[in-house]
Amino acid sequence: MADTATNGHAQSFVGTRTIRPDGVDKVTGRARFGADFNLPGQLIGRVLRSPHPHARIVSIDTSKAEALPGVKAVITRDDFADQPSEFIPAGEMMMNYKDVVRNVMAREKALYEGHAVAAVAATSAAIARRALKLIDVKYEVLPHVIDAVAAMQPGAPLLHDDLFTAGVEPKPDKPSNVAKRIEIKLGDLEAGFKAADLVIEREFKTAPVHQGYIEPHAALASVSEDGTTELWCTTQGHFIVRAHCARLLGLDMGKVRVTATEIGGGFGGKTVVYLEPLAIALSRKAKRPVKMVMSREEVFKASGPTSGATVRVKMGVKKDGKLVAAFAELKYQAGAFQGSPVQPGVFCAFAPYDIENVHVIGYDVVSNRPKVAAYRAPGAPISEYAVESVVDEIAKKLDIDPVDLRLQNAAHEGTKAAYGPKFGPIGLEETLNAIKKTEHWNAPLRKWQGRGVASGFWFNIGGETCASLTVNEDGTVSLVAGTPDIGGLRASLTAVAADELGVPYDKVRPIIGDTGSIGFNFLTGGSRSAFSGSMAIVEAAKQIKSELCARACKLWEAKPEQVEFSGGAVRPLGALAEKVKPMTIADFAKVAGKTGGPIGGVGRINAQGAGPSFGTHMVDLEVDPETGRATILRYTVAQDAGRALHPAYVEGQYQGGAVQGIGWALNEEYIYGEDGKLQNAGFLDYRMPVASDVPMIDTVLVEVANPKHPYGVRGVGETPIVPPLGAIANAMEQATGIRFTELPMSPPRVLKALKEKGLRKA
Amino acid sequence: MAKHHIHAQINGDDVEYLCETEETLLDVLRDTLHLTGSKEGCASGDCGACSVMLDGRLVCSCLVLGCEMHGRTVETIEGMAQGETLHPLQQRFLEHAALQCGICTPGVLVASKALLERNNDPTETEVRYWLAGNLCRCTGYDKIVTAVMDTAAAMRKG
Amino acid sequence: MARVVLVGNLAQLTGGVAEFELSATSVKQLFEQLTELHPALGPHLDEGIAVAIDGQIYQDTLLEPIQPDSEVYLLPQIAGGGTSPS
Repeated sequence: MADTATNGHAQSFVGTRTIRPDGVDKVTGRARFGADFNLPGQLIGRVLRSPHPHARIVSIDTSKAEALPGVKAVITRDDFADQPSEFIPAGEMMMNYKDVVRNVMAREKALYEGHAVAAVAATSAAIARRALKLIDVKYEVLPHVIDAVAAMQPGAPLLHDDLFTAGVEPKPDKPSNVAKRIEIKLGDLEAGFKAADLVIEREFKTAPVHQGYIEPHAALASVSEDGTTELWCTTQGHFIVRAHCARLLGLDMGKVRVTATEIGGGFGGKTVVYLEPLAIALSRKAKRPVKMVMSREEVFKASGPTSGATVRVKMGVKKDGKLVAAFAELKYQAGAFQGSPVQPGVFCAFAPYDIENVHVIGYDVVSNRPKVAAYRAPGAPISEYAVESVVDEIAKKLDIDPVDLRLQNAAHEGTKAAYGPKFGPIGLEETLNAIKKTEHWNAPLRKWQGRGVASGFWFNIGGETCASLTVNEDGTVSLVAGTPDIGGLRASLTAVAADELGVPYDKVRPIIGDTGSIGFNFLTGGSRSAFSGSMAIVEAAKQIKSELCARACKLWEAKPEQVEFSGGAVRPLGALAEKVKPMTIADFAKVAGKTGGPIGGVGRINAQGAGPSFGTHMVDLEVDPETGRATILRYTVAQDAGRALHPAYVEGQYQGGAVQGIGWALNEEYIYGEDGKLQNAGFLDYRMPVASDVPMIDTVLVEVANPKHPYGVRGVGETPIVPPLGAIANAMEQATGIRFTELPMSPPRVLKALKEKGLRKA
Repeated sequence: MAKHHIHAQINGDDVEYLCETEETLLDVLRDTLHLTGSKEGCASGDCGACSVMLDGRLVCSCLVLGCEMHGRTVETIEGMAQGETLHPLQQRFLEHAALQCGICTPGVLVASKALLERNNDPTETEVRYWLAGNLCRCTGYDKIVTAVMDTAAAMRKG
Repeated sequence: MARVVLVGNLAQLTGGVAEFELSATSVKQLFEQLTELHPALGPHLDEGIAVAIDGQIYQDTLLEPIQPDSEVYLLPQIAGGGTSPS
């Protein structure tokens, strides 16, 4: 790690606050995001979307649109082959290919307002818009259902007549909107509740919220006459995009080259395809490049938010604070096709706690809304909001400090998780203790102010990763990674490469390679890119070091044990040191050709050993009883990073996730009318936090090393959004005396609750 | 309908272009003049990713028409650095890691520069309210505010 | 013999049997032995399974070794980390 360079200076970049290599382009506007790419002769593509939340598509007549001058291609469901039913992992959830093709372009039915029904490519945006108006779609409007619980009722409008609930015995003979039932059990729940001195049961409700990335989806496709396809798109996983498009359009993967542009936020929402297959299909038909960009309204209506849900939690505790029984029932709405994150919601619900008797049931329910996509720790914020609220209520009723109650019951190394395996070393207790040590913990509070605490975690994943290091003729190093950089990854990987090879940080230049330039990489998600990428870079560096030692042995006529690599050079050992001088990487680079050829290494791994990251959040807020507005006064995040490769970008993850959680808890929600149409498809009424809504977010970097990673790294990106909902709800309870069981706790809801309790000032 | 023929000053250069009536300044900047540093996040003036200076005033370029620019002065993110020298704000944003994905960064920088030109000693609250028109989903605003205030302090020192 | 536990809905494919003692020395062998006992499990072990060996979760790895005294949990794949659609 911290090796001595040939000039004698020890320099380590990992763990320092280096300037990110892609930074200058980003602060000057030079960096190119999805919509910044253009090709000569390109057409503009636009999508015709269903105005109805539920309708059978009787016919589509595109003839008038095709006849409009300037229109070069029109596509509908007829341009996509149907796909058989087959489940595949997608982002962090499972999806069925039969559903993927239907979400990309509706087939038998339009299943949500905004569902893609046709698309055109024309010589200008204005002509494309006019062409959409000329497409004649005959709909047979059907009754719709929006809410998960309503969709579960017998007699609710049925979305799919071939959807039979999986996971129930005996198998149902009638289709329903319940795609799946899942369950995990530990111990003896009934006995647990019998032994409890206090039992609390509550039901909670959350609304769908969007990932809210500022950059809309964008794709530029160019298909040549022999089917070779080039695609630029803003995505969290260009290899996944390639795979989806190849399958949906019947192409060889090798013929499809996808470049991941810079990405303006994803948070899980850009792990699936929307425009990409459409742009390719249009380009294939028109024989010209086709550029497609979603409007903000389309982003809200036609890309996946996360689930809204109903969660019932029942917990039993002994009067000394020991949790003895925990039950939860989760009903998550998946949108138009199955695949909500109810499963991770089930697994995460009680994960921070060491409880002997646990039973969690989850339902995956479809309804006439856009198909949900992953959103940062999918499923966990919802279930943990409910659980952390009940834990808080328990603490209050037993008059035990909420942090102490969590410490008393905290999961630690060796605790058996409710979903089975035992935890390895984890940092939950460290984060709880870190919270108690802050100045924030003891700061006094006034009337209408409250403080709340909550903990949470995410499993984190590893996955297939390929990254390369190449030594250039002048001794500089080119780094190619394959997971799109959504938040500073290149800085971290560059630091690791510099430390591994013992070269200066600014002599390593990273890029994110396209699918033709580097081997397969699973997408950026699951908090995996720094964890897995750094592992692959370590492997690539190992290969280079080993190769250079071998070349040195040949040059010096030495044996392997007479040389070693350290501090950016191969050094002769013992007596050999009197005969030859060390050779730096730059020295080898000068003679690379003469000593065997170009110098490089490729790390090709399926990274395992991802360690979970636990976090605890503490928030102070003040409620204005006249407006119902809750103002966040102070916020502290303590989270276990294992080892922070770049502390500033780790802090950035903590702060960003916390603020997304603040929005989710206090203001964000999808609002539907009786007509099943989205009423707030824009940033004015879909209210995300702005700079004046939040204070500084203080962070405590806990580091409990992950023994399975060469640097001890744990993924950190997702955990920060898990605790805020519970922490804020708990703070609201202290500030108002009201336990809010429905999110968001927006001003109208707060005012209503205050009024009902007789607390509102006249 | 014939296009409008516009002469404007953009980042100090005399620029000439044609545009349709319905094209916004943002459309013109990005699609006609190939200045893609200003971004479209919403096209309704709610996110600030398209922020530019128009005759010294901070505006959302998606709310201004391209055909209104005749004889006027526009400054975009592309004009912020002076040759090889980054503006102090740009430099401090890098040092403070005040950006993650970077899509909001051009708009935030243009807006921050406008603030510091009016008020070289803003309080944290003043910075937050001034930047309330610039949505950021990645950073939670903390490091952005720190970078702006740090820049203000450094610029006051001279 | 390693102790193997099926979590979640997987036990429904084995008629409710959730725990096994198996002599498998790798994940690949484990899947083969389980499929022999309960053919309905087979296709589900191909995709979408995470394996926790002595507390460490592995996804998509056939070659990972299993010790004679290991405790192994089979979970539905938690968080992506798998093959691409092909």
